[in-house]
Amino acid sequence: MSESVPGPAPEVFAPHKAPVSPPQASEEVEFVQLLTPEGERVEHPDFTFDLDDEAVKGFYRDMVLVRRIDSEATALQRQGELGLWASLLGQEAAQIGSGRALNKRDMVFPTYREHGVAWCQGVNPLNLLGLFRGVDQGAWDPKDNNFHLYTIVIGAQTLHATGYAMGQQRDHAIGDADNGEATIAYFGDGASSQGDVNEAFIWASVFNAPVVFFCQNNQWAISEPIDRQTRIPLYQRAAGFGFPGVRVDGNDVLATYAVTQQALRRAREGSGPTLIEAYTYRMGAHTTSDDPTKYRLSEDLEHWKLKDPIARVHAYLTRHAGLDHDYFDEVDAEADKVAAELRAGCLALPEPELTDFFQHVYVEETPQLAEQREQFAVYAASFSADSEGEG
Amino acid sequence: MTKITLGKAINAGLRVAMEKDPKVVVMGEDIGKLGGVFRVTEGLQKDFGEDRVIDTPLAESGIIGTAVGLALRGYRPVCEIQFDGFVFPAYDQIINQVAKMHYRSMGKIRMPVVIRIPYGGGIGAVEHHSESPETLFAHVPGLKVISCGDPVDAYWMIQQAIESDDPIVFFEPKRRYHEKAELDESVPPSLPLHQAKVLREGTDATLLCYGPMVKTCLQAAEAAVEDGRNLEVIDLRTIAPFDLATIFASVRKTRRAVVVHEAPYSFGPGSEIAARVTEECFYHLEAPVLRVTGYDTPYPPSRMEDDYLPDLDRVLDGVDRVMGY
Repeated sequence: MSESVPGPAPEVFAPHKAPVSPPQASEEVEFVQLLTPEGERVEHPDFTFDLDDEAVKGFYRDMVLVRRIDSEATALQRQGELGLWASLLGQEAAQIGSGRALNKRDMVFPTYREHGVAWCQGVNPLNLLGLFRGVDQGAWDPKDNNFHLYTIVIGAQTLHATGYAMGQQRDHAIGDADNGEATIAYFGDGASSQGDVNEAFIWASVFNAPVVFFCQNNQWAISEPIDRQTRIPLYQRAAGFGFPGVRVDGNDVLATYAVTQQALRRAREGSGPTLIEAYTYRMGAHTTSDDPTKYRLSEDLEHWKLKDPIARVHAYLTRHAGLDHDYFDEVDAEADKVAAELRAGCLALPEPELTDFFQHVYVEETPQLAEQREQFAVYAASFSADSEGEG
Repeated sequence: MTKITLGKAINAGLRVAMEKDPKVVVMGEDIGKLGGVFRVTEGLQKDFGEDRVIDTPLAESGIIGTAVGLALRGYRPVCEIQFDGFVFPAYDQIINQVAKMHYRSMGKIRMPVVIRIPYGGGIGAVEHHSESPETLFAHVPGLKVISCGDPVDAYWMIQQAIESDDPIVFFEPKRRYHEKAELDESVPPSLPLHQAKVLREGTDATLLCYGPMVKTCLQAAEAAVEDGRNLEVIDLRTIAPFDLATIFASVRKTRRAVVVHEAPYSFGPGSEIAARVTEECFYHLEAPVLRVTGYDTPYPPSRMEDDYLPDLDRVLDGVDRVMGY
């Protein structure tokens, strides 16, 4: 009997310390790269960046601005103006590159960290703050900018994206790589362990839905490292579901643009889903509530600082596009202006009305809820009547 | 006018809704060629095509999660969960996404999703096929939870549910799928979706029920006549939101109430009704509101289900107790 089972016995339990993959931060990683950390353009056989230096300048500006928005929001949280903030620091290239590859009619399903993609879609950054300040649950209309609400439950939005893409299919909105519609779902490496994400892969595959799964592998799910989520590189999972997977240097805005553009075109023309693993690193905490010094080495952070997504574009533009200090100073000044406006806007966000939390539970309100709202209003009003009486 | 079973009435109702609105799509496991394990969707895929009657992979969270996406795109998905006990892999999508999307978007998004669940016991099934989890949904703000007690209601309520812009969990009494009644499709529904129906007027006590217990309670009321008791029977039709006005009016008249359901006793719909009636009708009551229900056990093996489920005798015993105060 044993003859029919060649080779060594399968490893039933492999120790956590010996991952097959992915490589540690210090190792070289195979991925699509078009701009090195030193700011040099490189070729790839399958992916080309087909825009000019003006576009690269635009990407640089986008990345500087969203990093500044992010640092301002972090500061606002530290000063008690936001209850929480999920920083995108280090993931600017993944978000701007993929976000700028979108067409107007493509639809985005974000997690709660896609501030850069929101920026690309034209969502006012101030609207992102309302959720974290606790005055609303996201004040933007997903239909205005084709940017869905932030989703806090990990991975849930990948199914929504797939269903939405099935709707695009049913509306015959695909079939043309340039003018068709696609959907993109953002999620993290931690989410790849969720059932919903795997179900979304199955649905997208069997229905050939026009959806791009964009996984920002930032190496950490709060304090759990990537080797607690997977034993193989995440992009390789796509093969098991029956569609292509690509790993891209997530700190290279040119490569993330090129790879996402190709995946979106594939979806729009009707060729089905793609999984993109943007290999990147979360430079800050998961959110302002955790302390990354408790769970990761400072050497890792130092190592990734050398791969900074903005610095390499800065180097490229300086060396190859002949830009001088004036341009970069201009962008920095604009970033400061955006941040100042964000701060002033945040402090001026209106407080919700007393009975607001009863609103919009139902389209057609139930009598029970109407009764509770009335009772609460009377109860709340009794305090102001009391204070008037005392005065 | 023809006699129609409850299962076929839902099928007919789905068909009307799909003909009326091309955005209505039906989705679930085995609902296409097979027509569902209870044949409720029989023939729909043949007539409306695979894009509107979607045979899905076998994953409940995926069914509901993709329905959310379809609803965001402007569709009106009607999802079938094959059995009550199988809904829980989808529970997160139902309570965190479907139920809250309108609230989270501050009214900008609507979730016109119907989740059909054949539920309840009495069919001799194996475990996870006979449960009554309605409270677990009724407790979630943003959801509406309904159940039909007869074929005529089944026909209209499924259409009303699909037309609703609020998400609805529709519990179908599976052991009543083969009960027949006359259905005249030209007569419009007698009640809006969330109004309870007084099925039998009485003076001595009120039986409050829904779904599979409607027939049991009507039989109990007939039997009680022999004991000289005149019972009022109310089909709640909607579990969330309860039609309190109809319940209160009846209890103020009869002064006694028994709630009957298959779901476990503690924290069940009966607990909520008893509390509300006590709060609102305290001075009218001659007795505490009693409950005749399943027990606080998992649903038992089917050879014991006759003892677990409220039957005519247990309902009459409840009536005896409420009359004894």
